[in-house]
Amino acid sequence: MHGLAETATGAIGYAFPNDLHVHWSLMIVLYPYITGIVAGAFIVSSLYHVFHVKALKPIARFSLVFALAFLACATLPLLNHLGHPERAFNMMLTPSPTSAMAGFGYIYSAYAIVLILEILFIYRPTLVVLKDQATGFMRTVYNVLSIGSDNLSSRSLHLDHKIISFLAGLGIPMACVLHGYVGFIFGGVKANPMWATPLMPVIFLLSACVSGIAGIIVAYMFIMKIKGRPVDLECIRTCIKYLWGFFILDFTFEMLELFSHAYMATHHWHALHELYWGPLYISFWVLQVGIFSVIPFFILTFMNLFRIGDGLVKFLAPVVSLMILFQVLLMRWNVVIGGQLMSKSERGSVIFQPQWLEKEGILPAIIIMVLPLVILYILSKVFPFWQEDDPYVSGSAASGE
Amino acid sequence: MMDAIQSEISRDRRAFIKKVLGGTIAGSLLLVIPAGAMDVPEQIPGMREQEGPFIKGKKFVFIVDITRCIGCGSCCVADKNEYQVPDGNYRTWVERYVIDDHDNVYVDSPNGGLDGYQKPRTDIPHPVRDTFFVPKLCNMCEKPSCVQVCPVGATYQTKDGFVLIDQKRCVACSYCVQACPYSVRFINPKTKTADKCTWCYHRVRKGLLPACVNVCPVQARKFGDVNDRNSEVYKILHQPHVVSVLKPGMGNKPSLHYVGLRREVV
Ligand code: SF4
Ligand code: SF4
Repeated sequence: MHGLAETATGAIGYAFPNDLHVHWSLMIVLYPYITGIVAGAFIVSSLYHVFHVKALKPIARFSLVFALAFLACATLPLLNHLGHPERAFNMMLTPSPTSAMAGFGYIYSAYAIVLILEILFIYRPTLVVLKDQATGFMRTVYNVLSIGSDNLSSRSLHLDHKIISFLAGLGIPMACVLHGYVGFIFGGVKANPMWATPLMPVIFLLSACVSGIAGIIVAYMFIMKIKGRPVDLECIRTCIKYLWGFFILDFTFEMLELFSHAYMATHHWHALHELYWGPLYISFWVLQVGIFSVIPFFILTFMNLFRIGDGLVKFLAPVVSLMILFQVLLMRWNVVIGGQLMSKSERGSVIFQPQWLEKEGILPAIIIMVLPLVILYILSKVFPFWQEDDPYVSGSAASGE
Repeated sequence: MMDAIQSEISRDRRAFIKKVLGGTIAGSLLLVIPAGAMDVPEQIPGMREQEGPFIKGKKFVFIVDITRCIGCGSCCVADKNEYQVPDGNYRTWVERYVIDDHDNVYVDSPNGGLDGYQKPRTDIPHPVRDTFFVPKLCNMCEKPSCVQVCPVGATYQTKDGFVLIDQKRCVACSYCVQACPYSVRFINPKTKTADKCTWCYHRVRKGLLPACVNVCPVQARKFGDVNDRNSEVYKILHQPHVVSVLKPGMGNKPSLHYVGLRREVV
């Protein structure tokens, strides 16, 4: 249990002796999963702020804060994975320009800045009102967050609006770069025939959109449920429509990638074939494709093609979203872990089972996945997610604006 | 002399070489002896006159002769002792290939060949047609993908063509491990950094052959300067031998060549 490379529990055929270690473990499964949720949630908010999909208004601001909560934890699995996390910052101080990995710090930071700025500008009027109501510590917090400005004149709000549109517009390509880039970290590894495909960034990006939308649906409906408030069904129906669209693209590309490999049948395919029908059979064919892609696909198709009742939407939307969240997690697992199961000997593969208590085991993974939710809860104490709780919105509504 | 060398290399950021010349790498007692006082004969001609941390005017290649290897594992033992390689990780290993008369290929490398191949395989259903051993180690690629991907420049290629790892910089992200097509890298659980075969750079720098080359009883491992027309490696590479490299399609351009490489070998 040295925690740097998990040791495989067995091998089929001949694996190179060093390949009996799975170097990128659960943590590296979570890393693209979390950044994907970040990118996807941002896209949801941009659909409202940039593409003016009005129905998404109730969740537009929430999506951004949701993205921030996950973004705050995106580096945790990486830091936990590194053998020398204390040197991690060197990736930004002395990056190697040829490394696909060296750009992460920059892309991550730039994206974080855009996201935080967008949130602050969107919430500025609210924060100003809250500051006036608050006392003591919270007043200081709001003072800092409202960037020291309490100008709520229509001119200044108009300027805010322009800045928000700009940031949201800028955020779309950045979210795409953030996650397309994560796909490239894998797609650029020529030594691994499962990863080395130009489609990898595309697949990562599409699955990111899918997981973000699904995550927002689940979180929104869950919070409404515990708050005992009605969900905005028009909003959910719209989300489901986008989820369907992105999922069709996502699933098609995932299958196309496999199909192209199989059709071209280079000598790599023979190794891949062994893998997909060997160690990955259950997690790929049965779980990722069979249960968590095909079933959600039919549910989504049903929900979008037929005008179904509100009760059914309320039931199916979280179910299908949870299934999709699981599909994306499985996809990350099958790519990250699956890719490493195949030895570069092209003659064998290894079997890997994560352990509960290892440094990069299941328990740390669960903790890392729960943390964003804790952060989200803390953020909810500062930023009112919903219009109903927002003193600025309700105040201006009362004054007839 | 030692001080002069040390002050020269201290200008260089590569901690590894510092360590090498400072003699802190395990097993290399010779390194604490001042260079002039070495009484072990020079094995690589012209190395001891070299000044500065890098070797000038030479191009080193490693050659493995598959037709000679007897699978005794001496090289693996020498390597493990030289570097205190932690169990379960391999800087070099020896594979056994067995081909039966149905053309099935069986490969194994129990414990990396460290214990030698003393017993034949008993699990092969058909009569054996052919069998041979293949030692593996770092290919010292001219276009190393490990160097390309390292985010902090901890894995680097020296001016004299070696691919080395700076243990003081490595963050152990394992990206290089993923990127090496030959699986020669591992994360050393003791140092928590990437590790791999160095072709015994510290020995070579002192005019000695790599430890594994030194111990091979049948000269299946050869090392030398291909710019030196009198060297054995020059002759092998320039005479009509069957010479090839591993996974040429990867585009890594290995400096490790195999004599008598068989098509079954990956
Ligand atoms: S064999 Fe692997 S570790 Fe050695 S230089 Fe080539 S890519 Fe790098
Ligand atoms: S493990 Fe070390 S040497 Fe390898 S890529 Fe990461 S930082 Fe570089």
